Amino acid sequence: MSDEPLVLGIETSCDETGVGIVRGSTLLVDAIASSVDEHARFGGVVPEVASRAHLEAMVPTIERACRDAGVRLEDVDAVAVTAGPGLAGALLVGVAAAKALAVGLGRPIYGVNHLAAHVAVDVLEHGPLPEPTMALLVSGGHSSLLLVPDVTGDVRPLGATIDDAAGEAFDKVARVLGLPFPGGPHIDRVAREGNRVAIDFPRGLTTGRDLERYRFDFSFSGLKTAVSRWVQLRQAAGESVPVADVAASFQEAVVDVLTRKAVAACRDQGVDDLLIGGGVAANSRLRALAQERCDRAGVRLRVPRPGLCTDNGAMVAALGAAFVTRGREPSELDLPADSSMLVTTVQA
Amino acid sequence: MLLLALDTSTSAITVALHDGARVLAEATTLDARAHGERLAPGIREVLEAAGATPGDLTHVVCGLGPGPFTGLRVGIVTARVLALVTGAALHGVCSLDALAAAGPEGEVLVATDARRKEVYWARYAVSPGSVRALSAPAVTKPAELAPQVRALPTVGRGPVLYPGLFPAPVDVLDVSAAALADLAVARLAAGEELADREPLYLRRPDAAPNVVAKSALG
Ligand SMILES: [Zn+2]
Repeated sequence: MSDEPLVLGIETSCDETGVGIVRGSTLLVDAIASSVDEHARFGGVVPEVASRAHLEAMVPTIERACRDAGVRLEDVDAVAVTAGPGLAGALLVGVAAAKALAVGLGRPIYGVNHLAAHVAVDVLEHGPLPEPTMALLVSGGHSSLLLVPDVTGDVRPLGATIDDAAGEAFDKVARVLGLPFPGGPHIDRVAREGNRVAIDFPRGLTTGRDLERYRFDFSFSGLKTAVSRWVQLRQAAGESVPVADVAASFQEAVVDVLTRKAVAACRDQGVDDLLIGGGVAANSRLRALAQERCDRAGVRLRVPRPGLCTDNGAMVAALGAAFVTRGREPSELDLPADSSMLVTTVQA
Repeated sequence: MLLLALDTSTSAITVALHDGARVLAEATTLDARAHGERLAPGIREVLEAAGATPGDLTHVVCGLGPGPFTGLRVGIVTARVLALVTGAALHGVCSLDALAAAGPEGEVLVATDARRKEVYWARYAVSPGSVRALSAPAVTKPAELAPQVRALPTVGRGPVLYPGLFPAPVDVLDVSAAALADLAVARLAAGEELADREPLYLRRPDAAPNVVAKSALG
């Protein structure tokens, strides 16, 4: 029997109901129920639909996690839960469930920051996090560059998107190209057949004054507009739209900026390790270009496998376990769900 | 029997513990915005007050609404998970029933805040030891209720929000878990089937689709 803590983590910040169980830094199970299909016809996430789905999925997902891990709830040493940021109503379902577990089991609860959890998850795959680590988090919900000296207590934002998140741009461009929601996987697939230098789409915040003022920030709204305009002009002229080339060129513009700024931040801060997380980290071109640029810069690249990059309960459990292992105080039972929790607030 | 009742369908975050004969402890906070914060401490508080542990629970009873969705879900998910952890039997009760139970005897109207200028409502026949619904819970604009229905003694916040429309207010505004527990114990003792465990939303989730890109989120 290991004396590492057995931690159950709950994640409900958006449209995935995640329940993960870890023993220290060993992943035992990562159970997920997603309501993504229910949102597809709206082209985005409908908060009330997501919240209802979390309520229905919560108990079955906890049961499935315990069964698949061969764990009894009473053996759980601590409960961790995403306290924010995210959709308020969705977060509350997870926070309430975690509190009920904590009260019912008489165990401590850790309300944790979703973004820090995206960083902490990689200990499950690649072992202890170097301190400091540079983290690039890119998803439909976030585009952040974080300097992480200590994922349980010291997370410093270096940059973030000033408008759309990277994944949001993927969704919107997918819609323009007639591809399904969520757009990321479809653009990635279609782009493989396309030419990524066919169209020179803009790279936001990469030149002149912008680069001075927004050195490590991102902007994808102009890019998204440029793509729609390009497609509209084609259509207005009665020409066919080269979907694969548009997808590949758009994707290249996104991952070029992301990787360029991430590697620049590593150099600037003297950090040797870059971690990429969030749903967009599943993008094959992002992984390839990041590897290429990290190799050239002498930076070690860590990317969790795709299932751990998207929102999940294991990442919350992993961060909770890090809190327990480092002897951090648990959260209070009246901890709030905070939809706009700052990334610097690692624990609620 | 050790029955924990809870309800988060109104402005009250309310929890009570009942041993089958009487209410042992009750914890209620009035705060329409703190359901997520106050419910779990309330549960711990009533258990401690009664010198009981979660493992002693035999029944968990939850108010199923109708009520504002976000707060309502806090109570229902809490009840479901608590029942899962403790092995206690899980039951649901329409929250309007619990409000009627706290009202006067005779025919009463329950009208609660449904936001969007509407009320959740139902009519009841209340007699000692019995609360019988005369209509299914529904949501409507208060002015669309028949005048003779609005004239009934009215429990809930409907009369506070629309004072001109409900001439006979009863001074019971929010659900009390003690009343909910008493009602559930009486119904269980009478061998009545309690409601299932599904929330009474009464509105479709996409009634006003407020789509967000994942990006506004986390
Ligand atoms: Zn995320």
